Amino acid sequence: MDGREIFARLNKVFQDVFDDPSIRVTPQTTADDIEDWDSLEHITLISAVEREFRMKFKMGEISSMRNVGEMAGIIQDRAR
Amino acid sequence: MRELTYPFDPGTIIAKKKALRRALLGDGASRLQKKVAVLGGSTTSELIKLLELFLLDAGIEPQFYESEYAQYYQDAMFPPKELLDFEPDLIWLHTSGRNVANWPSIADSPQEVEDKFAAELTKFQGMWQALTERFHCPILQNNFEMPYTRLLGNRDGWDIHGRTHFTRRLNQAFAQYAQEHRDFYINDLDYLSGDFGLLHWADPAYWNLYKYAMVPEAMPACAFSVAHIVKSLYGKNKKALALDLDNTLWGGVVGDDGVDGIEIGQETGVSQSYYEFQNYVKRLKDIGILLTVCSKNDEENALAGLNHPEGALRPDDFIVIKANWENKDRNIAETAQELNILSEAIVFADDNPAERAIVEAQLPGVIAPQMEGVENYMAAIDRGGYFETTTFSEDDRKRGDMYKANLQRAQQQASFGDYAEYLKSLEMRAVIDDFLPVYLGRITQLTNKSNQFNLTTRRYTPSEMEAVYQSPDYIRLYGKLVDKFGDNGVVAVTIGQKLGTVLDIQLWLMSCRVLKRDMELAMLDELVKRCQQAGLTAIRGTYIPTAKNGMVKGLYESFGFSKTGETLDGTTTWELPLEGYMPKCHVIEVVGNLEG
Repeated sequence: MDGREIFARLNKVFQDVFDDPSIRVTPQTTADDIEDWDSLEHITLISAVEREFRMKFKMGEISSMRNVGEMAGIIQDRAR
Repeated sequence: MRELTYPFDPGTIIAKKKALRRALLGDGASRLQKKVAVLGGSTTSELIKLLELFLLDAGIEPQFYESEYAQYYQDAMFPPKELLDFEPDLIWLHTSGRNVANWPSIADSPQEVEDKFAAELTKFQGMWQALTERFHCPILQNNFEMPYTRLLGNRDGWDIHGRTHFTRRLNQAFAQYAQEHRDFYINDLDYLSGDFGLLHWADPAYWNLYKYAMVPEAMPACAFSVAHIVKSLYGKNKKALALDLDNTLWGGVVGDDGVDGIEIGQETGVSQSYYEFQNYVKRLKDIGILLTVCSKNDEENALAGLNHPEGALRPDDFIVIKANWENKDRNIAETAQELNILSEAIVFADDNPAERAIVEAQLPGVIAPQMEGVENYMAAIDRGGYFETTTFSEDDRKRGDMYKANLQRAQQQASFGDYAEYLKSLEMRAVIDDFLPVYLGRITQLTNKSNQFNLTTRRYTPSEMEAVYQSPDYIRLYGKLVDKFGDNGVVAVTIGQKLGTVLDIQLWLMSCRVLKRDMELAMLDELVKRCQQAGLTAIRGTYIPTAKNGMVKGLYESFGFSKTGETLDGTTTWELPLEGYMPKCHVIEVVGNLEG
């Protein structure tokens, strides 16, 4: 699974969860860039990403992720 | 909406909940408005959003009050102003095993365990009593999921120190409270978590990170379950199950394979599965669900199949049998008409996806569950929650017989030239009088179920009805109708409030099973008589239009009321002076409670 594919699939998840087809995520995207991305939607997002990639984040990872790039990195590691 | 109908995909609902909400709110449907207070012992925001979706899909538009995080006890015992002002129509106490404070420890003496049990139970009972006294509305209370771990292994389930044993006792005590109190309902978290898989349900990561009592994937099932109870309380449940025959109630095609060739009974695994399904359907009939047949078959073959000696169902378990070659949507529409119910009150069970699709497309509101493989049929109907039963009256048990008697009446009507002659031939006898405690349950149920012959569509909870029953400010009438074909049970309810010398009718409804029997005239005659005895001089009525009560738009006019007002939304007000009133019903013999 290459980075491009991960970002394409992540983008779709973000669009669904925030109900906004105009969203384009980049490695630098953070919660500050998306209006509805609060702590509660973060949970929805995490569980939707986990479902999309059929993987689970560890507890420590969820609290330490700083941007979408780090999220994609974990997904890529887990896919190996 | 397909996404919200069993079997739904929890992931899709969670990920797309915003788009689903937008679609539901934009569909132009008119919905019942209800105020729901959610008092949670864990994070409730996601559950509330999911509950909103399921309720919107069921024709109920909820407004929510959400307690601050884990403030359920404080809110129940010392309601903040915001909750008081909110005036909830119902309250959901969303607690879980995480909220149990008095777990026994292994060193406790039996008495100490008892004390802890009493302390835990008293805490909850105190909340229920405080909420009931303050808000007089239905309470939905979660019971507890089984513990995530079992310190003592299997012994945890029977040793008095085991949390598993303690949880079971609490659940049993909650159930007993529900049995003994009206307007109190259990949301069965124990069953839901078992159904979902306890190991996955209570993933500790979600509690420790987000204070979720269950994982997000489990939340749709929990919200769906609460929605079933709410739907049932407000009359949004289904009333009838229309069944296909070939490959639905038995394996094979009776017209091709012959009665001896169809699979039903105990011979093979497949025939046993069909038998189990027939047996489940028969049990639905026992709780008052109306069964009908909707099958493309010659009637003769259909009846032969239903008379198969190994089957659980018999032809007379069905109120209407439509076995012909017409389109199924047409047959279902006709079935609804004959039963005097709305077609959206019908669930259609058919193994053929094409038939299901046509019926769902032609008759909006009819649900045709996915029936794939006979071994899944029971779950397809059962897990859909279409027939959730919150109140269960004697009338529910007899409902099938009543509808059947109705069809006999219709057949007899065809042989009479003059309608009044026909009505007289029914030898009708009505009990019309003030409410009796024994009927309050049925009366309340009627206020929540009747949509068509209902002038104000005003809904009452059991406690509101109790208040009306206790108050001297009202004139109340219920009507029960018996005729030579059978007892129709309590079918009419009228509630009027005395305002000076006028009676203001707040509720006037009648079950559609006694339409065109002049029962409404008998009710009016009795109402007028009682108003005159109470010294009142006029009766005032209101008609509030809904999507379903068009049939009574002209009722007050037909009674001889004069229109006194009309608002933009079509609500009309009417008045009838009582002087010189002449009784209007001449075909029903009316008696009071004592003679009844």
